[in-house]
Amino acid sequence: MIIDMQYGSGGKETGTLIGDIFLKHFSNSILNKLEDAATLSTSGKIAFTTDSFVVTPLFFKGGDIGRLAVCGTVNDLLTAGAVPRYISTGFIIEEGADTEQLEAIAASMGRTAKEAKVQIVAGDTKVIEGNGGIYINTAGIGDIIGKGVSISGCKEGDAVIVTGTLGDHHACILSARMGLENPIESDAAPLVSIVHSLYQNSISIHAMRDVTRGGLATILNEIAVSSGKRIDIDESALPVDPTVQSLCGILGLDPLYMGNEGKMLIVVPSSQAETALKLIRKAKYGKCATIIGTVKEGNGVTLKTLLGGKRIVDVLYGEGLPRIC
Amino acid sequence: MTTLEKIMEQLKHYDGPPIQIMEVCGTHTSAILKTGVKDLVSDRIKLISGPGCPVCVTPASFVDRLVSLSLQPNTCILSFGDMMKVTGTEASLTGAKAKGGHVSLIHSPLQAIKLAEENPDIQYIIAAVGFETTTPSYALLIDSMVKNNIKNIKLLTSLKTISPAIGFVCENVNDIDAFLCPGHVSVIVGSKSFEHLAELYHKPFVIAGFDGPQILAAVLAIVYQICDKKGEMKNLYKSVVSYDGNPAAQNITQRYFTPYDALWRGIGVIGGSGLRLRDEYAFLDAGTEEEYDRQAAGCSCSDIILGKLSPEECPLFGGVCTPLSPVGPCMVSAEGACGIYYRFGKRGMTS
Repeated sequence: MIIDMQYGSGGKETGTLIGDIFLKHFSNSILNKLEDAATLSTSGKIAFTTDSFVVTPLFFKGGDIGRLAVCGTVNDLLTAGAVPRYISTGFIIEEGADTEQLEAIAASMGRTAKEAKVQIVAGDTKVIEGNGGIYINTAGIGDIIGKGVSISGCKEGDAVIVTGTLGDHHACILSARMGLENPIESDAAPLVSIVHSLYQNSISIHAMRDVTRGGLATILNEIAVSSGKRIDIDESALPVDPTVQSLCGILGLDPLYMGNEGKMLIVVPSSQAETALKLIRKAKYGKCATIIGTVKEGNGVTLKTLLGGKRIVDVLYGEGLPRIC
Repeated sequence: MTTLEKIMEQLKHYDGPPIQIMEVCGTHTSAILKTGVKDLVSDRIKLISGPGCPVCVTPASFVDRLVSLSLQPNTCILSFGDMMKVTGTEASLTGAKAKGGHVSLIHSPLQAIKLAEENPDIQYIIAAVGFETTTPSYALLIDSMVKNNIKNIKLLTSLKTISPAIGFVCENVNDIDAFLCPGHVSVIVGSKSFEHLAELYHKPFVIAGFDGPQILAAVLAIVYQICDKKGEMKNLYKSVVSYDGNPAAQNITQRYFTPYDALWRGIGVIGGSGLRLRDEYAFLDAGTEEEYDRQAAGCSCSDIILGKLSPEECPLFGGVCTPLSPVGPCMVSAEGACGIYYRFGKRGMTS
C-alpha cells in the first residue's frame, strides 16, 4: 500500500502504521503500553546519544536503513563504555513510500535490536510531502560499565586495534548508486559482543570510536588530537577486503577515508594488546581484527608505507560520499 | 634480494650527479607522496611536480564564464567535483551555487544525456576540462547527442594536450633532466608521442604505472640513462601502453575537436596545446570567449605548475592556503601538487 499524507494525521491511518508495522516488529513490555513517554530503570550512570539516518538507497547488500539506524546508535553507546539498553526511533516518511518497504525496514530494526539486546521503547512517525523517501532518527541510552573510556585517553605505547576490514559500507553504497555489480556487502553490525568480551576479560580500554564517515584516517586524527599524542600506523597491517581494494583501485578511492558501519577502533595498553586481539577475533564481527599501530609522544598521524617510506595521514577534506548513513 | 629490493638499494645509494625528474601527472605526484618514494631514493634524486593537473591550468576566464552561465535562468552547469572550488576572477562555482546558481556534479560526461532527456526545458552546460584522457569522453558525449538528436546540452571547453606543455618546460625550465611520463595519457596517445619529445630534447622520457615499485623502476631507468648520457623514451607500462596508443579514442577526439593555442593558468599561451570544438560543431559551444588569467596576490601556483618551486616553498602553503581555504588552484584539486603535498607530505611530522 502506498503511504499518503493521511497516514501522518495522527488518526486511524497512523494507528494502522503503529499497530501493523511498528508494534509487530518492536514489541516489548515498555513500548506495548503505548504511553506518551516510556518509563525506564537504569543502574546508575548512563550514556545517551542520538543519530539520524538518510542513506540512499534504503536497501543495499548486507543491510538497510533500519539496520543502520539501530547499529549506529548502539555502536555510539558502546564507545562510551556503555551497555546499550533502550532506544527510541522517529520515522520521517515522504508520501509515496510503501508499507511493504516500511515493514521490511521495521522488521530489520526489530531483528537488529534483538541481536544487540536493546529494546525500542519509544517512537514517532511523521509523513511529509515528497517522493517516497524514508528517514530515521534513533536515540539511545546505555548503562556505563567501562570507566574512563574517552577519545582523549590514549597513553604512550598503547596499541591501536581495528576490528575488521575498512571501507566495506562505503564501497557497497557507492556500488549500488553507480549500478556496479559486485559481491561487496555493507558491514553494518552492532558490535556489542566484541566490546563486552573485552570488558568481561578485564581489558582496560583507553579509547574507542566507531569507524564511520570520514573513515579511519579522520578518526585516528580526532583521537590523536584529543589525546595530545601521535599515532603511527603501518600500511601493511591495514585490513582491506580484496574486492573493496580492487574497487578502490579502479575508482581512485582510499580505504583510509571510507566509512564503515560495523567497525571499531580500540586503543588498549600494549601489555594487553595480544589478549584483546584474540578476544575480538573470537567475537562475532571481529574475525579480521588487526593491530594497526602504536601511540607515541608527539602529534598527528603518520603511516609507514608498504615500501617503507613515511607520510602523514590527514583528515578527510570535502564531502566524501554524501548520504552514506 | 628481490628485484624490488635491488632497485631500492641502488636508488638509496646513488651518488652520481644530481638529477631532477619531473612527473607530469597529478596521479603520479599523489602516488609518489602516498607511497613515500621520496624517502627511498638518494638526496641527489629530486622528484618535481609538473603541469599535470587539468583543473590547475584552467584559466580564470573559464571559471568566470561558468559562474555567469550558472546564474542564468533554466541553465544548469554540469561539472566534475574538482572544478567546484576553483576561483575565477572573483567567484567559484561553489560560491555561485550558494548564491542560487545551478550547478550539478557529475562523474561522467555521459550522465548528461539522461539528465537532458528527462529535463528538456533545461539547458545543460558541461564544464569540459581535461587532458587527452578525458577528452574522448566528451567526444563520445557529442557523438551520443548528435545520434539521439539532443539539443539541450552545450559544452564550455578548456581542453588541453600534455605534449606541448612538456615541450614548453623543456625550452623554458632549464634544470629538468628527465620526465616520468603520464601513464594514463600514454594509453591514449601512445609511447610514440614521448619518443618524439625524447629525440627532440635529448632527455630520458620514461612511461610508468602508478604503484610504488613501478615508479621506483622508472626512476632507476632514468638514472641509468643519465649515467650513460642517453636521452631516450622507455616504456615500462607495456601492459596497457602501446606504441600507437588508442586509435579509437584519437579518432573520435579528432572528429569533434581541433587544436588551438591555449592559455594555461600561470604559464601563458602554449602553441597548439588546446583542443576546441571544430567549426562545424561550434553550435555546441556554450560561448567560449577570449581566454584571460588571474593569479591571487602572493600565490605561487604558476611557479609550482612549472616545477620552479616546490609546494612547500610557497610562503602561503599550509598557512593562508590550505585545502579548506585554497588560494590557488594547485591547492584545490585532488590532482594539484599543493593539495597532494598538504594531505600526504611530511607537513609538521614529528620523528
